[in-house]
Amino acid sequence: MAEKRTLLAVIGDENTTTGLLLAGIGQISNSNTELADKNFFVYQEGKTTREEITDIFEHFTEERDDIAILLINQHVAEIIRSKIDAFVNPFPAILEIPSKDHPYDPEKDSVLKRVRKLFGE
Amino acid sequence: MSGTREQVFPTRMTLGLMKTKLKGANQGYSLLKRKSEALTKRFRDITKRIDDAKQKMGRVMQTAAFSLAEVSYATGENIGYQVQESVLNARFKVRARQENVSGVYLPQFESFVDPEINDFKLTGLGRGGQQVQRAKEIYSKAVETLVELASLQTAFIILDEVIKVTNRRVNAIEHVIIPRTENTIAYINSELDELDREEFYRLKKVQEKKQQETARLDAEMKAKRLEEERLSNENKESGNNEPLPESSVPISTEVLVAEQEDDVIF
Repeated sequence: MAEKRTLLAVIGDENTTTGLLLAGIGQISNSNTELADKNFFVYQEGKTTREEITDIFEHFTEERDDIAILLINQHVAEIIRSKIDAFVNPFPAILEIPSKDHPYDPEKDSVLKRVRKLFGE
Repeated sequence: MSGTREQVFPTRMTLGLMKTKLKGANQGYSLLKRKSEALTKRFRDITKRIDDAKQKMGRVMQTAAFSLAEVSYATGENIGYQVQESVLNARFKVRARQENVSGVYLPQFESFVDPEINDFKLTGLGRGGQQVQRAKEIYSKAVETLVELASLQTAFIILDEVIKVTNRRVNAIEHVIIPRTENTIAYINSELDELDREEFYRLKKVQEKKQQETARLDAEMKAKRLEEERLSNENKESGNNEPLPESSVPISTEVLVAEQEDDVIF
């Protein structure tokens, strides 16, 4: 199951997405047809709704089976926190990353919260 | 749970089976306990590394964001749109490798770059090409850190699950299966002892009855002989007509008594 998962996906603000795309993680499947399927999603402050983020998150985690790691900006993850907390499958691995305007806060990270809970801190 | 036992017939064969089962359960318990300990050790190691890696990621991403800021300063425009439009195929991919820890397969992501793919030939062509190149390199390194962190995190989630399952099994064996088997063994032992006592008492009773019977027969024989002796004496007194055939009778009765006695005892 893990063999064909080779891509990284990203949900993030414009700067983060651009940077990660420069690193070369972007892939557009079926690029010439109408069903163009990107593995990145640009979050625009104030424009993107919660529903859109939820949809794309579900699309990346449940529908697509070629994504190994999903990178998501922490402030975006905060919007759909309950969905991320409820997601316990090992694949794809969800990784919360900091963005330029929002420094990384370990207190909010779903995985780190689990770590803390296990060690009773 | 200490009062429960399995529904079995208390026979020696079941006792043997239960003893084998208890031995197996003890062995399984110690093995699982050791597995759980090995996994927990690994788990603690991973959590520590996750903590470190998350800190490192914060720093790396900050550097990367700064290099992107340099790019927009040098090119004088926002390259985001251009970059998003020119993406076609992934250059940076990951491959999952599996690592075996005490029978648990943990995926380990390995990143690799396909050097033939370059979607951003035109980005930064006018100005700031150098900065774009630098940002690419820095971001590639950042993504490598992220991939490393993702492997740790996946291992963490899988290990967490496996440790829970293993601990559940260890506890089930320790607190349910072992006490129950021990109870069953105790039950079978007590039942067998009970049967033994019953059997012993029964044999004693039978022996007692047989002894009574022998004593009764002995008394009867004695009485008969005395009677016969009395009769023969009377005969002698009345007249000594047939002494030989009379004397042969008591001898034959004695033989008969001896035979009977043998029979009675066994």
